[in-house]
Amino acid sequence: MHGVVVAAGGGARRARPGQGLGGRLAALPRALALAGLLVTGAVLLAVLLAPLLLAVVGLGQFLKYQLNHGVNFDSQDVRDLLGLLVGLAFCRFGLPIALLAVRRLAMLTRRLSAGWCGVAIGEAYAPAPVPDRPGSRKVSYQRRMSWLLGDASTWRDLEWLVISALVGWVLLLAPVAMLCVGVVTFIVPALGSLPVFHGLEGLATPPAFPGNTPFVLFLIGVALAGGGLWIAPTALRGYGGMARLVLAPSREAELARRVEQLAQTRRETLDTGAAELRRIERDLHDGAQARLVAMGLTLDAAGRLIDTDPAAARALLYEARDTSARALAELRDLVRGIHPPVLADRGLADAIRALALDSPLRARVTGSLPGRPPAPVESAAYFAVSELLANVAKHSGGGTAEVDLRYSDGALRISVSDDGAGGADPSRGTGLSGVARRLAAFDGVLVLSSPVGGPTVINMEVPCALS
Amino acid sequence: MRVVIAEDLFLLRDGLIRLLEAYGFEVAAAVDNGGDFLSAVRSHRPDVAVVDVRLPPTFTDEGLRAALRARAELPGLPILVLSQYVEQLYARELLADGAGAVGYLLKDRVLDGAQFTDAVKRVADGGTAMDPEVIARLLARSAATEGPLAKLSPREREVLSLMAEGRSNAAIAARLVVTERAVAKHTASIFTKLDLQPSDDDNRRVLAVLAYLGR
Repeated sequence: MHGVVVAAGGGARRARPGQGLGGRLAALPRALALAGLLVTGAVLLAVLLAPLLLAVVGLGQFLKYQLNHGVNFDSQDVRDLLGLLVGLAFCRFGLPIALLAVRRLAMLTRRLSAGWCGVAIGEAYAPAPVPDRPGSRKVSYQRRMSWLLGDASTWRDLEWLVISALVGWVLLLAPVAMLCVGVVTFIVPALGSLPVFHGLEGLATPPAFPGNTPFVLFLIGVALAGGGLWIAPTALRGYGGMARLVLAPSREAELARRVEQLAQTRRETLDTGAAELRRIERDLHDGAQARLVAMGLTLDAAGRLIDTDPAAARALLYEARDTSARALAELRDLVRGIHPPVLADRGLADAIRALALDSPLRARVTGSLPGRPPAPVESAAYFAVSELLANVAKHSGGGTAEVDLRYSDGALRISVSDDGAGGADPSRGTGLSGVARRLAAFDGVLVLSSPVGGPTVINMEVPCALS
Repeated sequence: MRVVIAEDLFLLRDGLIRLLEAYGFEVAAAVDNGGDFLSAVRSHRPDVAVVDVRLPPTFTDEGLRAALRARAELPGLPILVLSQYVEQLYARELLADGAGAVGYLLKDRVLDGAQFTDAVKRVADGGTAMDPEVIARLLARSAATEGPLAKLSPREREVLSLMAEGRSNAAIAARLVVTERAVAKHTASIFTKLDLQPSDDDNRRVLAVLAYLGR
């Protein structure tokens, strides 16, 4: 559920529909596009309902015919049963596809609502079922259907298809219609009466009502067209609001999703923590501890030899010294991996600067923080940047990297970009999903944008308070 | 030669005192925190100060900050900073004033008493003593990004890293078991290849190399 978010091309940022003339003009094609989406939805609904209807009617007809004519079998039965069969076949093969298409449509509506109508709509789809067998991608029909039909979101999406088909188009088409009527019915005939635009005369006949002078017609036309333009953004927002009313998950569903997410991140955090402790224990056991034992033995041997063979004793003492130096080096590496001292000393910004200095890349660090994030966040962010810089050096093929860190809107924001070849793929195990997983424990997200040909930009965001 | 020591761990402080006294230094004061260190250098005006980076009360980089303060107050005061780990960031801060007479070494280096006291003397005399690990990382970084460093021969790179650690031609010659003339030849070649101003003054030469690597 919380993996690496791959940045979408258009971006699903929430934007208010523009209030200037440009924004109002842009609202019209957007309304038309949404209307197109609405028509697609209606068609989809028909595709979904028709075979079901066919199956039910076929069965009904068949039974009725049997009752009325006694038990027999003729061409009428063949027709009815064929309907039933087609309907059943659709349920078996087409229904999951159609339902997923509905879901796609609803997701597109959510995205466009955020981008065009300025109304952000959350989603709470149940996570996709895991495959029947590990390694295969197959999910049985029964499980797939119970996943789809058991998800309240599916029903909300269907509800949205119906409601938008019934009333949505009024909101979307009203501004466009006002503009068209204003121009075609009023402005064109009004202008047609002027000698300059003589050719327009035949295009439309002026509506007949008392006092329909060209001037009055023109005024009415301008008012209608202007009104259409004027209400377009409002209509779009209204449409978005309506969509949210239907499509937004219930509080219960949102909480359920949150609980599931928390349970998962907690599990992963505990697993990671336990694995880390095991690693540290093993490193100490095989490293420093073993070296100290060896040192003790060497010193003991030196003690025994010191009177009889001072030269050999001296050699053993030097050996003990070298062993202690190696133990120190190992402990230093271990400590760096647990909690880098420079992070404790100086905080995140300087620790990242130290990382950049140690990186084989030409790494530039910009930005600063007005305070210190909580220690666990600091540590997670540090190791994230460390991992990402190592990734850049290993995989990107680029030679320079830029790290920017700042704090705004209650979140620590770090971006790491490079001049490499791009095309980073989180599924190919470049450590990105590991970083995303660790950040998820703090409700942090990692957004990757890495078009082939570069540049790769990774944005990380972790909500936290500074002290 | 009079030394002031700032080290909070008793075992290590004691060990340092014994080591330095064994090599003929006079320990004027041995303190265990940053504040006491500042007053000790003010009153004793030692020939060199040896400071641990991590000191109470904050147990962060208290010692480093005290060292930088002391240098600001008493310009040119030779200071050798010891640490359980080395950071290029801190090395840069210590070198920032360009005056030399600074050292930055891993605590591990005290294990080799002769080498360590040699470094202390070098700093006291106005030279530098950078930990080999700092230099290795500087070189790795410079080598990764294409540049004139690639033009150096392996031997020249060896000489360059020893020079960056702060060693004189004589010391480098002894270390590599070659004549001083051979080292001088390598040094001249390095300076030409890196397009640096040659200098007869050891300290200025070291600082130029460090500045070049730290770019």
